[in-house]
Order: sequence, then C-alpha cells, then structure tokens
Amino acid sequence: MDQFFFYMFSAVILVMALLCVTAKNAVHSAIFLIGTLLGVAGLYLHLGAEFLAGVQVILYVGGIMVLFLFVIMLVNIDQTLKEAIFSGQWKLGLIGVALLGVELVWFVAKGTGLPEKPETHAAAPAAAQLGNVQQVGDVLFQSYLLPFEIASILLLVAMVGAVVMAKKRI
Amino acid sequence: MPSTAQILDWLTIAKPYIIMGLVVAVWPLVSGYIVLMERKVMADMQVRLGPMRVGPHGLLQPIADALKLLIKEDIIPARVDKWVFWFAPVIPVLTALTAFAVLPFSQRYFVAELNVGVIFILAMTSIGVLGIMLGGWASNSSYPLLGALRSTAQLVSYEVAMGFAVVAAVMVAGSLDMVNIVKHQQASGVWFIFYQPIGFFIYLVAAMAETNRAPFDMPEAESELVAGFMTEYSGFRWALYFLAEYSNIFVVCSIATTLFFGGWLRPFPNVAWLNFLDWAPAVMLVGVGAGCLYLAGKQLSAANKIGMGVLGAAIIAVGLAFGVPMVIDYVSGPFWFLFKVAVMIYMFMWARFTFPRYRYDQLMQLGWKWMIPLGMANLLVTGVLILVKMQYWSAK
Amino acid sequence: MSYLDQTLHLFPETVLAVAGTLIMVLSPTVKNARWLGRIALFALVLALFGSHVSYHHGEYMGSAFDGLVTNDAFAILFRQLFIIVAALAVLSSFDYLKREGIETGEYYALILFSVVGQGLMACSTDLVMIFIGLEISSISTYILTGYRRHDARGIEAALKYFLLGSFATGFLLYGIALVYGATGSTNLAAIRAAIPQANGPLVAMGAALMFVGMAFKVSGAPFQVWTPDVYQGAPTPVTAFMSAAPKAAAFAMFLRVFLTGLTPAAGYFWLLWGCAVLSMFVGNLGALMQSNIKRMLAYSSIAHAGYVLAAFTTRSAMGGAAAIFYLAVYSVTNVGAFLVVAHLAGKDESTVAISDYRGLGKRHPVLAACFTIFLLSLLGVPLTGGFFGKFYIVTSAVAAGLPGLAIITMINSAIGAYYYLRVVVTMYMEDAESPAATPAVPASGTLVLIFTVIGVFALGVFPTMVLEWASQAADILK
Repeated sequence: MDQFFFYMFSAVILVMALLCVTAKNAVHSAIFLIGTLLGVAGLYLHLGAEFLAGVQVILYVGGIMVLFLFVIMLVNIDQTLKEAIFSGQWKLGLIGVALLGVELVWFVAKGTGLPEKPETHAAAPAAAQLGNVQQVGDVLFQSYLLPFEIASILLLVAMVGAVVMAKKRI
Repeated sequence: MPSTAQILDWLTIAKPYIIMGLVVAVWPLVSGYIVLMERKVMADMQVRLGPMRVGPHGLLQPIADALKLLIKEDIIPARVDKWVFWFAPVIPVLTALTAFAVLPFSQRYFVAELNVGVIFILAMTSIGVLGIMLGGWASNSSYPLLGALRSTAQLVSYEVAMGFAVVAAVMVAGSLDMVNIVKHQQASGVWFIFYQPIGFFIYLVAAMAETNRAPFDMPEAESELVAGFMTEYSGFRWALYFLAEYSNIFVVCSIATTLFFGGWLRPFPNVAWLNFLDWAPAVMLVGVGAGCLYLAGKQLSAANKIGMGVLGAAIIAVGLAFGVPMVIDYVSGPFWFLFKVAVMIYMFMWARFTFPRYRYDQLMQLGWKWMIPLGMANLLVTGVLILVKMQYWSAK
Repeated sequence: MSYLDQTLHLFPETVLAVAGTLIMVLSPTVKNARWLGRIALFALVLALFGSHVSYHHGEYMGSAFDGLVTNDAFAILFRQLFIIVAALAVLSSFDYLKREGIETGEYYALILFSVVGQGLMACSTDLVMIFIGLEISSISTYILTGYRRHDARGIEAALKYFLLGSFATGFLLYGIALVYGATGSTNLAAIRAAIPQANGPLVAMGAALMFVGMAFKVSGAPFQVWTPDVYQGAPTPVTAFMSAAPKAAAFAMFLRVFLTGLTPAAGYFWLLWGCAVLSMFVGNLGALMQSNIKRMLAYSSIAHAGYVLAAFTTRSAMGGAAAIFYLAVYSVTNVGAFLVVAHLAGKDESTVAISDYRGLGKRHPVLAACFTIFLLSLLGVPLTGGFFGKFYIVTSAVAAGLPGLAIITMINSAIGAYYYLRVVVTMYMEDAESPAATPAVPASGTLVLIFTVIGVFALGVFPTMVLEWASQAADILK
C-alpha cells in the first residue's frame, strides 16, 4: 500500500511535470504545474509530514501559482501560442538529459544503499507521539532558529529588489 | 445474527463514511434551502414577501430551481478553452466538500480528526480560488476575465488577514486540531471570542471577502461586470459555482464557530444549573413545528394546508424524540454547532443587505492597510500575553 | 549559552543587518542619500572593529546555534575582507551614483545585506545556512547589477545574471539534497563523518552538482559565460564589489564545503583540476581580445578564479592558505582597478574602451600610476601583492606533486602580461586624439586609492602578516 501510494504520487508528479513543459498554452502549463505541486504535497502526506503538505498547498498552490496565473492572464497568450516552445537544440538537450538520467540511474544502482539513520534521527519514534506540528515547531524554533530568522533578511532583500526593479521612481 | 456489540463496532468503523455520504447527499439540498433562507431574509429586510408560489411559503422553491438548472441546455460558448471551462466549476465544489471532512459537528460526528485540521481547511479554500480564476479565464470573454483578476487579487489579499486571525485563535488554543480547539474551550470554560474579539472581527471581514460575499462581491459585481467570472456559465455548471459559494460560506462559518464560539458546546458548558439548555433542541423544534401548524391554518389552498400541517407535525415529532434523555446526548452537540453556524450565516446575509459594495481600490486599502496590520498587531499582543501568562501565571 | 551570546558570534552580520534595515526605514525621510551612505560606512567600520575585537580577545569564538555557524579565524578573515571591500565600494560609489543620478538609500542597504549574506557564507558550517547566506548575497548582487535602470545593458546584465544564477542555485540545491540523502545530515562535520559508510556514488553525484553551482558563483570555466556581460553591464562600483566580495565568499563556501565536508569523497579532484586549467586559459585568452576595459577585467577575473582553483586543487593546508592569501590580494587589487575605471567612466559609462585611456599618463599622472600599480599586481610583478599570491600558488602546487598545474599557471601568467601591459602602454605611450577633461578625484576616491595602493604594496612587501593568518584559517578547514 505504501509503495502503491509512493509510485502513484511519483507518477502524478512526473507526468504533470512533463505536460507542464510541453504544453503550448501557458495557462495549461500552470495548471499542470499545480498538479505537480499537489503531487509533491501528496508525497509529503505519504511521508507523514501533514504540516508540510498543508503548507505546501497553501503557499505554492494557493499563493504562488495563483499569482503566476494572475500574471499569465495579463499576458497576450495568442502571441505565444504561435511561437515554437522548443528551440532548435531540443534534440541535443534530449540526448544530454538522457545521458544524465542514465548516469544517475547507474550511480544510484551501483550505490551500496542508504546509510543507517544516524543518531540525530533516533529520537523519531518518541517524537512521533508529539505530533507533526510540534516536531516541525521544535526543529524550526530551536535547532534551526538562525536560518529561520535569517530567511527574513532574504525575503526583505527580495522584496526591496522587486520594488527597486519595478517602481518608476524610487 | 450479530450481537449488539458487533453492530456498534461496525458503526464506529463505518461512521466516517456514513457522515461523508450524508454530507455529500444532503448538502446540495441544504444549500438550496440556504438560498431560500437568504431570499426570505432579503425580502423581510426589504419589506417584501419573497418566493411564495412553489409550495406553502415557497418552501419547494429550491427543489424547483434545482430541477430547472439540471434540465437546462448545457451551453458551451464557442472559442472557450473547453477542458478548462468544463473542469473549472468542479474545483471549488470539490475543495469545499473536502473541507467538510475535518469539521467537527460534535465530539462524535466528524469524518477525520487531523492534527493539522485548520491548515487543511485553509489549504482547501486556497485551492478553491483556482476554480474562479480558471473559469473566468477559460470563458474567453472580457467580463469573466476581469472578474477572475479581481477575485484573485481579493482572495490572495484577504487570505493573509484571515490567516493572521486564525493563527491568533490557534495560539490561544495551542492546537491546530479542530476537535482539540473546542475541547480547550470546554476546559477553559470560555469561548475564544472573549480572548480574541479583534481576531474574530478580522476573521469575519476576511471570511466575507474570501467567500466573495457582499460588501466584497467584486468578482461578480452585477452592476459592473454582468455576473463576473460566471457570466458565460449556464445550467448546472453555473449551479456548481453557487453550490461552491454556499459550501464555502458554511465552511468559513463552521471555522468561526469552532475557533471562536465553542463549536458543539452549549453556552456555558461548565455551569451546572444551566443544564436545562440541553433541552433547547427539543424546545426549539417543537416551537418551530407549532409555528408551522399555526401557519397551516392560514393557508389558502387545501394542498398547502395539508403540506404545512404534515411538516409541522413531523417537526414536532422529531422535536419530541430529541426530548428523550437518552437521545439528548447525541443530538445536543450537532444542534448547537449547526445553530451557531446558522446564526453566523444569518450575519453574513445581514451584512450583505446592509452594506453597499466597496469600490475595488477601497477593498484593497481595507485589506492591506487595515486588516493585515491589525491582524499582525493582534498576533503580537496575543503572543506577548500568552508568554506573560506562561511565565508568571502558571508558575504560581 | 544565551541567545544574546550566540548572536554576538555573528556580531558583524547583526550590525550590518540592523544598519541595512535602518537605512531602508530612513530613506523616505532623509533627502540626501549621501547620509545613508555614511550610515552604511559607519556600520561597516563598526562591524570590522567588532570582528577584530572578538578575534583578538577570543570572546565569542567557536560554534553557535547548534553548530550551524562558527566564528573562527577562517570566518573572520573572510568577513573582514568583505567588509573592507564593501566599505571601499561604498566610498567610491558616492561620486559615481551622483554622476549617474541614481543615488538612493536602497543601494547602500543592498550592499550591507549582501555583506550579511557573504559573512554567513564564510562562517556557516551547515549547508542550510550556507545556502541561505548565498541567496542573500546573490539576490542583493542581482539587484545591484541592474541598478542603472535606464540603461538597457544594465537591465540585460541583471536579467542574465538572475536567470543563470538561479539555475546554478538549482544545481547547488539539488547537490545538497543528494548529499543530505546519502549522509543524513546537512552539517559539514557530520557529513564528513558519514561519508565513509554512505552511498558513495550518490555522494559523488551530489558533490558534482554542488561543484557546478559553486563553480558558477566563482565564475570558473565552463560556467563563466555570464561574467563578461554582467561585469560590463553593472554599475562599475558594483562591478568592483561583485568581482571581489561575492566571489571571495563563494570561494569561502567552496573551500569550507569541499575541504571540511566532502574531503573523504575524493573523486572531485579532476573536476577541480579541469575547471582550474580551463578557467585560466579561457580567462586569459578571452581577455586578449577585449577592447572594453570592464570586459577585459572581467575575463581577467575568470583567469584569477582559475589561479585560486589551482591552489584549491592541491587540497593541502598550504594550498588552502595560498588560495585565501591570493583572494585577499586579488580583492584589494581588483577593487582598486575597478574604482579607477569607475572614476574615468564618464556619464552613462561612455568612456570605458581601452582606447579611451590613451594619454592618461599625461592627463592625470597620479591616476595612471595607481592604475598601473593595480595592473602590475594583477599580473604578479614583485613588490606587489600579486607576486606573492602567484608565488604561493605555484609553490603549493609543486609541493603537492602537481608540477603540471604549476607550469600551466606560469604559462597563463605570461599570457596575462600581454593584455595588462597593453593597457599600461596605451596610457603612457599613445596620445589621445581629442583629450577629454579628466575629472578631479574627489576626497572619498582619494581615500580609496590611498588605501588600495598601500594594501597592494603591504601585501607585496610584508606578506607574512596575512599569510600566517591564512594558514591558520586553512588549518581549521582540515
């Protein structure tokens, strides 16, 4: 059952991602991208990370993709429909991607398997009783407090950048 | 012949599925009657009678409307994006009905108890936006597109404010689990609205905006955009949008009830001498039934007389059944939950018929310059107070 | 340890972040943006002083925040380098921004934020932190690149840099994910401990992908394509800053990740070797053909990345020290060179062709002399810092048993001589057809020139003071 769901979500992600790249209409691409993101949320759910799955949907589907669509709707799609979506080098690209894929498969297959979970993760069973949200909160606000706070500077910089680039008069 | 214990076992296992089936089967009908209620309330406020023709006091109007919509020709305009046009109305219905899964109608009746219940509902409502956007875009027409763009901006803006309000309440409860939030209110003996009046206010305003209700009905402003994002829709697809809208209203009102009004709890759940309130369902239903019987006498046609009379008798019968002490325990929770939700929905309608529509820029100003800063301030104060309480209160 | 104590481990970053935010808050009310620049300068000096005190008093050294960051000699050396470079860039921006009419508070705030990110890159010992630091630094730099918004080249450069940079970040992140998957940790020390038992090929794959991302950030070939366009399109003081601080920060991250974290996965040696050799040749041969001084310096910076990578390839403490020392020398020199270019660029950067430098020796002897000194240091002439930089790289390569690499490095230095000296020749031997008036150097610019020239000579005459520190820093990595 576990495996079934894993493969199902993976298949959804892959197929949607492929359709997203190949769709000619930008809105359709966005819809397929939403499918991909929902598939990822499904994978999180399958891993028992409900909080992450919920946040993934709220942020990516509800926030980012909605804004994507907002922008795409303002763009003249009729024009883009007439243009080729792949440049002339797609065959070369395909060969490259295929090589990379083969290499990746070979690397993973040749590998000795994943390591035993290190000690830091040994506390997982005990923490499972705490519930997903508490675990995320503990990790985020204790051991990873610094990156969490620093990320706000990252967002601030991005915001300043967007304004600097877009505003008529600074 | 299985024993009673076995039957109870099966019932426990089957309960979520039964509730699920019940919701999906009955909800469209219920939402039809909410529409009727809205029309009646509107008529009352405008000193009219409202629908009176179909059935006694227009009671069969929703069924007639539904039948009409079902057998209407399904028009798909030329040059629409067929697949998206076809699929878009399904999305909001799907997400709204999925959100029902974590609503705790009572301590016993819910489909699933998720430890991230609130987040789940927020996630579902945020997906629902896509239905409006895609529907508006796929129509390949100006008014729907404008409506879709407006609704996107509006929903994304107010989702932030709503999130702040919800988080403040969740912080007070210390849990994201809808059932636990109510249990916390039971334990503390106070509805969270008394801890979070500002939070509730923000939530209420944001929820009205989230459900595209007047005074925030930008996306479908009739006087400006014909019917907004659903201008090109007709027949049952159009009905799906309406079903989604009313489902969303029910969901946001349920969240408000759960977060701020103690969910399935009766008022003052810990005060023993108020226990007589447990009889409220029975008393109320008997009262409504008696009202029906009184009205039955005033009906003009014989058919209406009989119909109203039978309805009144049935309601009285159910009300009497709810008065049996053994049953009270089972019906009191859902009754109070639905009662509170109904009051909330009434408030939504009240707001709709009282306030004029906001202009688009006013809407954005209200959202970004008032609601969101207020929500942040509320969150900050809540956090500080909780911290102070944790540091000094419980230490004693 | 209280959170305050832990935060004091990151004193420079804290000061700069606060100052950057303060500048953003003040900028709507302060009419003269020069004051905001002065606040930025003050914050930089304060941060420099703070990190100096913490180093020499030994307080607030060591790791903090559950081993996410560490305040050690390596971090402090790089941090001080970034701060000095940023201060020089701010000083020389005053005049430039006014000339271009784009003097606003955000510019200074972004420089400060960028330094925050770079400082975090240098002191982080966890891939998550390193990534966030890198993103802060990169995004600030993307924006600064496009700061001359009226100029099509500037916008083009910013867009190119942003798109390619995001792509490279994707590679880096993918590599981080694979390494995390194989070792179960993002902490560099834990990764190092886990690698022997880990899925080797997966680690190698992750390391290779991370390598791609980092090679892009240091503009090592074959991931250097963006460099000339971006360096040319960016405002010149930003180019000065960008060619030194983010690049040194990327190298700091590169060294820390590969020497501390991924050392046991030895497979990346040939990657480094190839990247180093290719960068040297691409940079030097490309620079030969340039007629624009900014593009020429851009290609030369690719070549210098190659030299640093060559030192890195030895993977010895000596090589690490040589790389760090070289970065210090290169940063000071390059900032000086670009600042001369910034001063001479003219309105809208109209005079940045090499031919515009004809007769500079007569028109403005001091400026020409300074520029010559910088170019000679980039070339690696004795008495300048560049000489010892190259010397240590070659020595470490020989000591590590890589004579081939040493020889290639020397060949490339010889190629470099041609185009560096060509500019010197243009300045002194050729006469301008219509000598344009050369603007006088303002006080802030003079300060920058004095500082950089002294720096170049100090590193060339007394290299040991920085070199000792560099070897101390390199020892930490092992």
